[in-house]
Amino acid sequence: MFDENADRKLCIICSKGTLDMAYPGLVLANAALMEGIDVTMFFTFWGIDMINSKKMDSLKCTPLGNPSMGMPNGMGIPNLIGALPGMTAMASTMMKKEIEKLDFPPIREFLQMVADAGGKLYSCRMSMDMMKLTKDDLFEEVSDVVGAMEFMEMSNGAQIIFI
Amino acid sequence: MSMTKEFAGKTILLDDEGFMENPAEWDKAVAEELAAEIGISPLTDGHWQVIDFCRADHQSQGEAPTLRRITQLAGVPTKELYKLFPKGPAKKVAFVSGLKKPTGCI
Repeated sequence: MFDENADRKLCIICSKGTLDMAYPGLVLANAALMEGIDVTMFFTFWGIDMINSKKMDSLKCTPLGNPSMGMPNGMGIPNLIGALPGMTAMASTMMKKEIEKLDFPPIREFLQMVADAGGKLYSCRMSMDMMKLTKDDLFEEVSDVVGAMEFMEMSNGAQIIFI
Repeated sequence: MSMTKEFAGKTILLDDEGFMENPAEWDKAVAEELAAEIGISPLTDGHWQVIDFCRADHQSQGEAPTLRRITQLAGVPTKELYKLFPKGPAKKVAFVSGLKKPTGCI
């Protein structure tokens, strides 16, 4: 009983560095671990911000060019207003509050939770080179910096989600 | 479809996924046998800390707590929780505690 996921393996590729797009990967990774599924997260391009120890605590989301995002009362935010100074900070603060209300932890704590639950974290070599980052710049639970081909090897037989 | 099964000399009503239908039928002896059924035996103090919290939290909240709630409120770290109930703790914790499958996302 409850061993139906014993051989299931999931790889989640996180390619976005905004606050709103950091959560889907984390929520799915954590849900999979809670279900007994083997989880590997691979961070590439802007997704590296999620594991960059200098940036991960201050990810932002912006209403600019995002028609889905509005005020809690359902009113939209016109791009011209969204472009005003301080709007991104305000939207990010609001989003953080909403996330907290749902009892979802901040990014760093969430990643720690995933790591403690046995999830493996890897960073993309090419993105790191492009951003002039080394492993020392990353969240300490990141196991390694790997290339695309290594990722292909480690994701053999896994279901892959790209975010 | 519900079914019944014998645990610790009691006839227990289970839902179609095997979770206990009625938490009131649960007792510690039943928990030991439920745990053994999913390969966790014997139950240690660490397990009981989690189970006791789940029972109390279900009593006050009306549903099985999420793992996040257990780590936050019962003071059991994530690593420990996955050691006590390995490979899919969410369902296993609820199952042994005689509760329904948890519905929370965290």
